[in-house]
Amino acid sequence: MPQRILNIVESAYRGTIEEQDDTVIWFAYTLKGAGAELDVLLRANAVNYAVVGQDASGLSFGERRQTQPPRIDEDLLRLIDRGVQVLAVAEDLAERGLEPSDLITGVKTTPRSGLARLLESYDQVWHW
Amino acid sequence: MADRKTLTFAFMDAPYENERTTTTLRLVDCALKRGFNVNVFAYEGAVAVAFAKQAPHANAMHGRDAAQEDHPNPKEWVAALLKEAETRGAKLDWVQCGLCVDERGAGEWIAGVRRGSPADFWKFVQESDNTLVIPTK
Amino acid sequence: MADYLLIESRDPFECNDVLYFYELAASLARERNKVTMFLIQNGVLPARRCSRSELLSTLNNAGVELLADDFSLRERGIATDRLAAEVRPASLEVVIDRLAHGCKALWH
Repeated sequence: MPQRILNIVESAYRGTIEEQDDTVIWFAYTLKGAGAELDVLLRANAVNYAVVGQDASGLSFGERRQTQPPRIDEDLLRLIDRGVQVLAVAEDLAERGLEPSDLITGVKTTPRSGLARLLESYDQVWHW
Repeated sequence: MADRKTLTFAFMDAPYENERTTTTLRLVDCALKRGFNVNVFAYEGAVAVAFAKQAPHANAMHGRDAAQEDHPNPKEWVAALLKEAETRGAKLDWVQCGLCVDERGAGEWIAGVRRGSPADFWKFVQESDNTLVIPTK
Repeated sequence: MADYLLIESRDPFECNDVLYFYELAASLARERNKVTMFLIQNGVLPARRCSRSELLSTLNNAGVELLADDFSLRERGIATDRLAAEVRPASLEVVIDRLAHGCKALWH
């Protein structure tokens, strides 16, 4: 039985408006609630999920307004609150012009060069 | 059957959109033929792979009617995999993520497939020998 | 040290991010893990000798075993005699067997 799982999330803003969340972040949150020991690594464009102040509000289609837009930064805070370690690849943040002050509290950064070592400390790695 | 290893696959893609769906079914087929039990967790768009109302069509470019074209609907491939498992005395447990089914209105699926949730996936992970996640892009 | 199976379904012609996965494979191998990269779907495209095949040579030099799904090769008309030297065609059974042996398996 695997003890620890690392979820690597790289796709960003795929179906998040319809789902009102990111489906893999949601999945991780749910599995944690079911007893899984897991962490999340954000890489590539998904590092943007850690940015404070993302605002997808205000959409409407005809008269149908979206009343609960996705708030992915808040979902990450829920994950962290549940005891999930949320990491982001440092170079992917920097390449996208992101500084530590742009990010929600509680996200840890990890260098790209450290990924191999990071993977070694998990029993399974699910690459989303 | 107690000596068989079990592999779990999770996938996310709807049929006809990219090659990942076919590859997932190839992996399941291969695993069954190698003598393994298999769990499948169909997440997001993948719940449409076993949708009962898929229907074949003709192909004018090929000059073939529906019967001649023998156009595959993935639900038939899933049904064939379930039968393969049965023939080999193996277990293929195919679970459709319930919320994904609901939001897509995809609640009609072929016999042999069942509704579930991420809790089922976690149970699969805990009880199988290995898990492969095939994400969408 | 662990066994890794990295399944690359994407190609460097269309997707820059493949370079990240290649580098991950190489760095895992440099850490003395046993690493296999299994190319599948469009991931086999750089396996036909071409300008991008050198990326695969780099992987091979780092100690990564390079396999390509025989069906994906055939589907794309990539004959064995056109393959980059470092790549071996392989059946999907390899993926199943490695999974069954407990490889950490990642799909890209």
